[in-house]
Amino acid sequence: MADQRSIGIVIASHVEELAKGTYLLLQESAPDVSITYVGGTDDGEIGSSFEKILTAVEANDADELFAFYDLGSAKMTLEIVQETSDKTIHLMDTALIEGAFAAAALLQGNYSLTEIKKQLVPLTIK
Amino acid sequence: MLTTENTVQWLTKFGEIISMNKAYLNELDSRIGDGDHGSNMVRGVEAMLAQFEAMEFNHAKDVFKVTAMALLSKIGGASGPLYGSAFMEMAKVAETNDLVTILTAGLNGIKKRGKAEVNEKTMIDVWEPVCQALAENNLTKSIIDQAVQATKPLKATKGRASYLGERSIGEIDPGAMSSAYLFEALLAGELIDG
Ligand SMILES: Nc1ncnc2c1ncn2[C@@H]1O[C@H](COP(=O)(O)OP(=O)(O)O)[C@@H](O)[C@H]1O
Ligand SMILES: [Mg+2]
Repeated sequence: MADQRSIGIVIASHVEELAKGTYLLLQESAPDVSITYVGGTDDGEIGSSFEKILTAVEANDADELFAFYDLGSAKMTLEIVQETSDKTIHLMDTALIEGAFAAAALLQGNYSLTEIKKQLVPLTIK
Repeated sequence: MLTTENTVQWLTKFGEIISMNKAYLNELDSRIGDGDHGSNMVRGVEAMLAQFEAMEFNHAKDVFKVTAMALLSKIGGASGPLYGSAFMEMAKVAETNDLVTILTAGLNGIKKRGKAEVNEKTMIDVWEPVCQALAENNLTKSIIDQAVQATKPLKATKGRASYLGERSIGEIDPGAMSSAYLFEALLAGELIDG
């Protein structure tokens, strides 16, 4: 069986601190999962940056990723990154923190991609 | 007829109108959003204009591509990926040199990226009637103005303003306004035949 920890997580928020805080929360429960995070614009203001999101995706050790976001513009930017990058990105419309936390814990527990997606369905809010 | 030169002129003019109206766009966005639409758009068009200065273009397609990347990369808000997608799709059909085909591709790019339709109080409410009027060969300033005003009574169901629910009613959508500037700049150029 494939090691599910070969799937990573990327967090994209409008705010750097929010992205980092989410990362810290996840990382504690999923030390073996590659998690990268990004928040804010190129100038460090509130918003999203195509380059920074692309960098966070490329910097992740995994070639297959779950992506979580907070608001709509991060989602739309992630979609363009998804179309640009060679990596396989599963864009998740769940509540950011709950969804990302559940995915991290399940990846750490070596659950399958299908099983994780199923478990995240009730957390879908957007 | 769309040419490389008049495409650059059109978008340069757009950039100028955006810069002149930065404060107004911010004000519109502060009523139903986070107050940054003017600053966002100015960052985007300044990056676009810097590229225009630095580059030589051989086809309108490349002008649209450069515009798409500048707006996508520098705007920082929802309008970044939306305008970025519009110009990306416009680049794909730029070789037709046909304005209706090109702008309709842009409109569809926005709809696809924003998962939105008309009457959701977004920039689509300007793009759609403009494309329609262009197809009927009667795009005028007053059609553009009417489309902007018509966003007032709408309730936002997409984007940040949708979190306000009923409170979004009665205000102009900022993205509709910035899109109106794009089409005002188009009217000012010599791109429309007839
Ligand atoms: N899903 C969407 N579909 C179409 N247009 C949208 C959508 N979301 C937002 N917009 C447009 O973007 C504008 C807001 O842009 P901006 O203020 O730059 O971004 P943000 O909302 O992230 O601060 C809105 O006025 C609206 O016209
Ligand atoms: Mg805004």
